[in-house]
Amino acid sequence: MSHPIPHTDVIRTERLERVYPGAEPVHALRGIDLRIQRGEFVAIMGASGSGKSTLMNILGCLDTPTKGEYWLDGVAVSGLSRDERADLRSRKLGFVFQGFNLLARTNTLDNVLLPLLYDRKRRIADPEASARRVLDRVGLGDRLDHEPSQLSGGQQQRVAIARALVNDPTLILADEPTGNLDTRTSVEVMALFQELNAEGATILLVTHELDIARYCSRAVELRDGLIIHDAPIANRRDAAADLTMLQGNTGLGAVHSSIFSSHA
Amino acid sequence: MPEQLLHATHKWKNLFKSATTSLLKNRMRSLLTALGIIIGVGAVIVMVSIGQGVRANIQGRISSMGANLLTVSPVRAMTGGVSQQATRNTLKPEDAEALRAQVQELEAVSAVTQSRQQVVSRNGNWNTTIQGGDPSYFDIRNWTLDTGRTFNESEVRGRAKVAVIGQTVVTQLFPNQNPIGQQIRIGTVPFTVIGTLEEKGSGFGGNQDDVVIAPWSTVLYRLSGERYLQSINVSAASPDVMAVAEARIQSVMRVQHGLQTGQADDFEVQNQADLLETASSVTQTLTLFLGAIAGISLLVGGIGIMNIMLVSVTERTREIGIRLAVGARGSDVLEQFLVEAVMLSLAGGILGMGIGVGLAALVTNLMGMPLVISPLVLLIAAGFSGAVGVFFGYYPARKAAALDPIEALRYE
Ligand SMILES: Nc1ncnc2c1ncn2[C@@H]1O[C@H](COP(=O)(O)OP(=O)(O)OP(=O)(O)O)[C@@H](O)[C@H]1O
Ligand SMILES: [Mg+2]
Repeated sequence: MSHPIPHTDVIRTERLERVYPGAEPVHALRGIDLRIQRGEFVAIMGASGSGKSTLMNILGCLDTPTKGEYWLDGVAVSGLSRDERADLRSRKLGFVFQGFNLLARTNTLDNVLLPLLYDRKRRIADPEASARRVLDRVGLGDRLDHEPSQLSGGQQQRVAIARALVNDPTLILADEPTGNLDTRTSVEVMALFQELNAEGATILLVTHELDIARYCSRAVELRDGLIIHDAPIANRRDAAADLTMLQGNTGLGAVHSSIFSSHA
Repeated sequence: MPEQLLHATHKWKNLFKSATTSLLKNRMRSLLTALGIIIGVGAVIVMVSIGQGVRANIQGRISSMGANLLTVSPVRAMTGGVSQQATRNTLKPEDAEALRAQVQELEAVSAVTQSRQQVVSRNGNWNTTIQGGDPSYFDIRNWTLDTGRTFNESEVRGRAKVAVIGQTVVTQLFPNQNPIGQQIRIGTVPFTVIGTLEEKGSGFGGNQDDVVIAPWSTVLYRLSGERYLQSINVSAASPDVMAVAEARIQSVMRVQHGLQTGQADDFEVQNQADLLETASSVTQTLTLFLGAIAGISLLVGGIGIMNIMLVSVTERTREIGIRLAVGARGSDVLEQFLVEAVMLSLAGGILGMGIGVGLAALVTNLMGMPLVISPLVLLIAAGFSGAVGVFFGYYPARKAAALDPIEALRYE
């Protein structure tokens, strides 16, 4: 699929705020200005409660900001209805969750086909062929008939990634995608993300692990609902190379220097 | 547009598939949930089929007896607006004589009386109904002789102890024998068998071949020891004179019974249409009663479906969250759960129809009635069970559709 306006930001927000109402209202986001361009691989970092998930939910059109503006691929999201946001998710977004969130007792192929049930415009002409293609892409082309309970955690997450890819999205959103995985499997998943990014996918990934963020190309750090750092990753790591290293039983090796380049 | 049509079929195929999968995941639960609908629809089919069978049977009998048949019977006395048991003390044998003599529009007249008796032969013992009549009784009631002869006028006058027996009685009393000329004892009175009736088959109101027919005078005076007739059967010369015949019968009977102007009739004249009405009013009451049962079980079944769908929505909150996240609209989720509820109740309805048809076939077979299954009733039953699914599935489905995707995804 070709993109209509190549130079538009995939994400652009202006003074995004989110207040959770209640007896003591929580200012989860207090003015986020963020621009993400096509082809970027951005890590959103920050301590627990800093607002990462809240931001992801808004960027994923699952939630609406209390204040501020948000454009997704040139579309102003702030004024959209519930149905219009559902359509936008169907057309432009792919989600990967920490807990995989696959349908239980449903095989791999049907799980990956799920988003295309709601492909109202029939953008994807042959759903089944697309699903097989993306499953091949994540290396599970031979597991079409397996149910989630018959797959390892890493395999389940790769099914979830295939599901996020099947509708040919503009942006992939991943909230702690390696949170439930061991180190080795995490690196495998990051290697897959790096490959997809190299092929042109725009990826936004929430993590609080430095080791994971190092595989991205840019890191945005939140604290108390504000961006406190936003810079390219200085010494970006190659997940494929790390994987070979792990295979050689060497271990990942701690990298002590800051993940942010010195001039940030 | 073919493109949109393709999309629609694609969508419904998927809805159907996911609903089937989800219902089959909980087979036992689905079956138990559908039980109310199964029983409700089954009851509807059984009652309608039996009702229609009864109607068809009565109509068949009436046409076999001839549309010209009129029955004169004693009227029920009314006490304070309450209908009492029929008083059998108004119809005398002389009334039948008078009708025969004075109403030209009649072709045949027969006094009718009945008595339930034990009948004994050398080889058997059988309890059956003894019907007393005139020689014309056989014609009026469409009995055909198989062997032997019927009794004649002089035998009626002489209270002769002769009997014509139905095929059931033949089998019971004379297995592998020729009954003609044989002696039987009815109650304490010895009779000679002079004829047998052709098989008529069973019908509404029991086995029509289980009968003994004798002169009314013999039955009345020798067996039951009464003085009054149960009814008088007459047949009009043609259908065109029915109304005139009815009126003549009424005036002759009033004179016979010495009724003054202003006094009410102590008898009634019924034609076959009246009898049909009486019979169908009975079946209508039955239908109404069974209909109420069917309605209640459909209601209970519907509530069961609503209950299980609410449970299902809660259980599948996370699934709903996932669907919403990957682009489902609220209406997609609504459709999904609604289709599931409708499929559940429709499957119950179809199962109920199968069971209902089977039961109706069994019952009508036992009662010797034709099995009448109208496609319209099946269609209505299917429509009704579908409607129950829509009605009771809507609330749970709407609840599912209104879920917040973020909260649904976080649901444990
Ligand atoms: N539904 C909600 N209602 C009220 N407050 C909320 C809600 N969701 C989040 N919050 C609050 O908003 C703030 C930001 O929460 P958020 O979930 O975005 O943090 P996070 O960075 O994702 O944390 P973690 O790393 O633990 O996932 C927190 O103080 C949290 O308590
Ligand atoms: Mg979070």
